[in-house]
Formats: sequence, structure tokens, C-alpha cells
Amino acid sequence: MATNSALMGFVHRRRRGAELFLLVLALVVGIGAYAAVGLGVDGEVPANLIGYGGWLTLLVVAAHVAVRVVAPYADPVLLPVVAALNGLGLAVIHRVDLAKDTGLASQQLTWMTLGVALFVGTLVALPDHRLLARFTYTSGLAAIVLLVLPMVPGLGTSINGAKIWISLGPFSFQPGEVAKLLLVITFAGYLVVHRDALALAGRRVVFVDLPRGRDLGPILMMWVVSLGILVLQRDLGSSLLFFGLFLVMLYVATERPGWLVVGALLFFGGATAAYRLFGHVQSRVDIWLDPFADADGKGYQLVQALYGFAWGGLMGRGLGEGMPERVPYVESDFILAAIGEELGLTAVMAVLLLYGLVVERALRAALISRDGFGKLVATGLAAVFALQVFVVVGGVTRLIPLTGLTTPFLSYGGSSLVVNWVIIAILLRISDQARRPLPDLTPDAEDPDEQATQLVKVVPQR
Amino acid sequence: MSELTLFLVRIAYLAILWIFVLSAISVIRSDMFGARVPSPAAPGKQPRAPKQASPRRGQPTRVEVVQGVNTGIVADLSQAPVLIGRGNDAAIRLDDDYVSTRHARIVESGGQWYVEDLGSTNGTYLGSQRLTQPVPVGLGSQIRVGKTIVELRK
Repeated sequence: MATNSALMGFVHRRRRGAELFLLVLALVVGIGAYAAVGLGVDGEVPANLIGYGGWLTLLVVAAHVAVRVVAPYADPVLLPVVAALNGLGLAVIHRVDLAKDTGLASQQLTWMTLGVALFVGTLVALPDHRLLARFTYTSGLAAIVLLVLPMVPGLGTSINGAKIWISLGPFSFQPGEVAKLLLVITFAGYLVVHRDALALAGRRVVFVDLPRGRDLGPILMMWVVSLGILVLQRDLGSSLLFFGLFLVMLYVATERPGWLVVGALLFFGGATAAYRLFGHVQSRVDIWLDPFADADGKGYQLVQALYGFAWGGLMGRGLGEGMPERVPYVESDFILAAIGEELGLTAVMAVLLLYGLVVERALRAALISRDGFGKLVATGLAAVFALQVFVVVGGVTRLIPLTGLTTPFLSYGGSSLVVNWVIIAILLRISDQARRPLPDLTPDAEDPDEQATQLVKVVPQR
Repeated sequence: MSELTLFLVRIAYLAILWIFVLSAISVIRSDMFGARVPSPAAPGKQPRAPKQASPRRGQPTRVEVVQGVNTGIVADLSQAPVLIGRGNDAAIRLDDDYVSTRHARIVESGGQWYVEDLGSTNGTYLGSQRLTQPVPVGLGSQIRVGKTIVELRK
């Protein structure tokens, strides 16, 4: 598993110049969308374009400088791609604001500022991602506490039927988003230590080698508890996300395809049980199978989104020319419907490709990472990202039943945006470590005092 | 705002979006194939090796005697290892009384040139340091054998 890049015959370049170039293009994407919204709605370039663009530029430059200083070898593509997605999301939220007369875009910009600040803070405070392995169990506990918090009376707030929010003064916060990141760290930290035992020890049942209870037990309990909490909170999207995350990480760590079989069986079992037990799951599935059966009632949101996609067609109506405000929650869960309506399939494909690039870069960082923990964290974060995009885009486009999740970086939603920026910071840190050239170990091998020390694997303290 | 202008704005914006996507992909592509082969030469810290006379700006291709009785003798580094000494088999044959028959040689290993003393009587020097083991040398390094100074040149 520990492939080092020098053995593969090349070292990586820093590519900070390429990153800057892409960031300039990303700014053009973000600010251009904002200007186009103004042109489409009011017929003129928005008056505050300079201020808005300046602020966005400032944030992006701050992030870039931080990467240049503290993570010079980090991946050059990740930051521009998420900056472009965030900028596009801001512009589309602004577009919906203009139609609905709300002020969500400026709130989202505040959240983005906080996100970039945490991004920089994470990069500075975390010189090596392996430090996170120390917090394997702490972060697992923290994740469960965070998941339970919304159920605490007085603290939890119920918004739109789902009890997944906590309110802190004027802000409401979705702790599940943070738990997502913490669970990745927990799973990675646990699996990197126990993966040999998980893969090799145990007995064979039918087709599958089941590991011993004492190896699988702790992590399985973590997972069942978090999943149970989410099911109690009726947060189906997140349950699906955590389930998939656990499965992917187990599969990657043990290299046993049997887990996928077990996972698929569990998934279908769980899905059937949920369909039988929960009324809202049934209604979601019914809407998915035939949204037009109740097009003005339960199916209204999805039907309007589908009409939006159809009306947008290949090139879209043009920013400001459509009517995305028809779709309920178009600024959060259904933001892709707004993009499909006003910018068409062309832009939707571009957005999906950008998500694909983020996942690809994360998996790339996992491939070239030299330590097992970094590999697993990067894989886990890639899986979270991919699953989240799949679940929400699949739901909006009626590929799968709709479950509420935010579209990373595009949707309105503070907690999601901030956590996603931190996730990108951790991915950049892993890729920075992986792409950094190896210290020169070969010459002058006689004197051990003068050799560079290289830490290859950290076994977390227990 | 006319219909045509808005149409053009829309097309232009979609073009920008795709230009961004394609440039990101081209950066990934160049990242995959454009990485350079590592030169272990890029010297990290080599505390015992004397500082090179000038920073390396490429590989040396020949050795030239720059000072001493035989000033002007040139040997091509492509015929490495290059032997320096008074003997007949030396690539750089010196008529210097302070030079041994087989005094020193210049060898290549892993893209890096090293100078190695072959047990000479009076020693081989890089700067003021007498060599006890092979030491990396680069463009412009001046090697002193006896009363002669040999330099690596391009």
C-alpha cells in the first residue's frame, strides 16, 4: 500500500502558477455569473459588482496565498474547482434572491468567508494530516455527540420536519455535516490499525470471510449508533451517506470485494425495512415512481424541477430569464434545477464534471499518499463527496428517490459550506504530503546522525 | 437589454464555464505526464562536501586543466570514468611531479558526477578539503591534484 512516488519514476511539480491561472478563471466564472444575473434580471450590470467581485477575489487570493505558503506541493486543481463551484452557487442563490426578494446570497457569502477562514486555519494548524490519527476515538465520540445534539430539548430546532439542526443564538447549525468529516477520520484511524486483522483473521461464511467480532465490533458499533440516530431523526440522505461511506472505507481498507456483496444485501434489506416502516419513505418512493400522480401536491417540487430541466434544454433560458423560484427550496436542495433551467444541460454537465474532478483529485491524492491513514482519509472524503453529489443530483433528476442533502459548495447552507471547505483543506494537506519530494536519503549513508528522518507510518496512541 | 445581447451573454458564460473545465483538465493532464524525472543530484544537505564553486546550471560535459604545467588539456566526460594521473593510461596525463601515477578519477553515478581519490600520495583537494571519499562535483568545481587544477566545464 505504501507506494512512494519516487519509485514511480517522477516527482511532482508544485504547480502553484497553474493554480493561480485556474483561480483567475474560477473568479471569472463566479463574478461573470453574478454580472450575467444582473444583466438578465435588471438589464444592467449590478452596481455592487466591484465590491462583490473584490470580496470574492480577496477570499480566493487569501486561500491561494495560504496554500502557497503552508502547502506548496498541494494539488493545483482542487482549490480552483471548488472556488468556481462556490462562485457559481453564490450567483445562482443571488438570482433566486432577486426573484423571491430574500437575502440569502449575502448570508452565504458570510458563510463562505468563514469557510475560507477555516480552510486557511486548517492548513496552518495541521502541518501533517497524520496528526489526525491521534483523534481516532475522540472524533468518533464527538461525531456521536454532535449527532445526538439536535435531539436535546431546547437546543435542537426542527426545520421542515427534520430534526437535524441546533440553534446557537441567531445561527442554526447542522451538526451532521461536521459528523461526516469526524466519522471519516474515525473510520480511517481505526481501519488503518486493524485492517490486517479484519482482512485475514476470521471465518468464512457462505461466500464471505467474516472478520472476528473483536476486530469489527468497535467500528461496527460506531456505525450502527450513528446510523440509528440519523434514522431516528429521519435524515435519510445522511444515513445513506454514512452507510455508503462505511462500506467504501471497509472495502478499500481490507481489499475484500465480499464487503460490497454484504453491503448491497444490507442496503436492500434496510431500504425495504425503511419502506415498510416509515411513511415518508413510502411517499418519497411514490413520488419518484410517478411524480405526476400528484403534480400539484406531493410531487410539486420534483415536477417543477423536471419542467425546469426540460424548459432549460441544451443551452438554458439564460441567467435571470427563467423562473427557478417556482421550485420550493430551489436555493438549497434543488439548486441544480435552477442551473439546469437557466444555463441548460451544458452547464449541468460542466458542474457534474467539476464534481468528478474533485473526486478524481481526492482519489489521486489517496493513490500517491505514502501512508495508509492518508490514503483512507482521502478515499473516505472522496466517497463522501461522490455519494453526496450522486444522492442529491440523482434525487433532483429523478434517477433515485429524493433524499434531502445539500449539493456541496453550490447549495445555500452554512454548515455544509464551511465543512466542505475544511474537507478540501484536509485533502490539500494530504496531497501536499504525498506530492512533496522525498528527503534525500541515499548519499552519505555512513553517518546515521546526519540522515534525514522520515516518518512512514504512525500508529495512533491508544 | 435586447434579446440578442442576452443570448450572447448566455453563450459567452457557458463558454467561460467550459473553458474553465477544460483548462482544469489540461492542468491535470500535464500534471500526469509533465513531472520531471528526479535528479538525485539536486543536492540536499551535504555537510561534509565543500561548497561547489558555482551553482550547477546543467551537467558538465568535459574536464579541463586550468592551471599547472599541462594547462589546456581537455578530456571528454562521455568516456567516464576519467582517470587523472601521471600514468600512460590516464585520460588526463599530467607531467606534475606532485601527482601520483593513478591519482584520482571522475565518475558518474545516478546522474551525478563524483571525484574520487585513488590513494594518491599528496591527495586530491576540493577547495581546502582533502578528499577521503567520493564527493559530488558539478559544473565549475575546481579539483586540485598536486600543483594542477582541473575544472569541470560545459
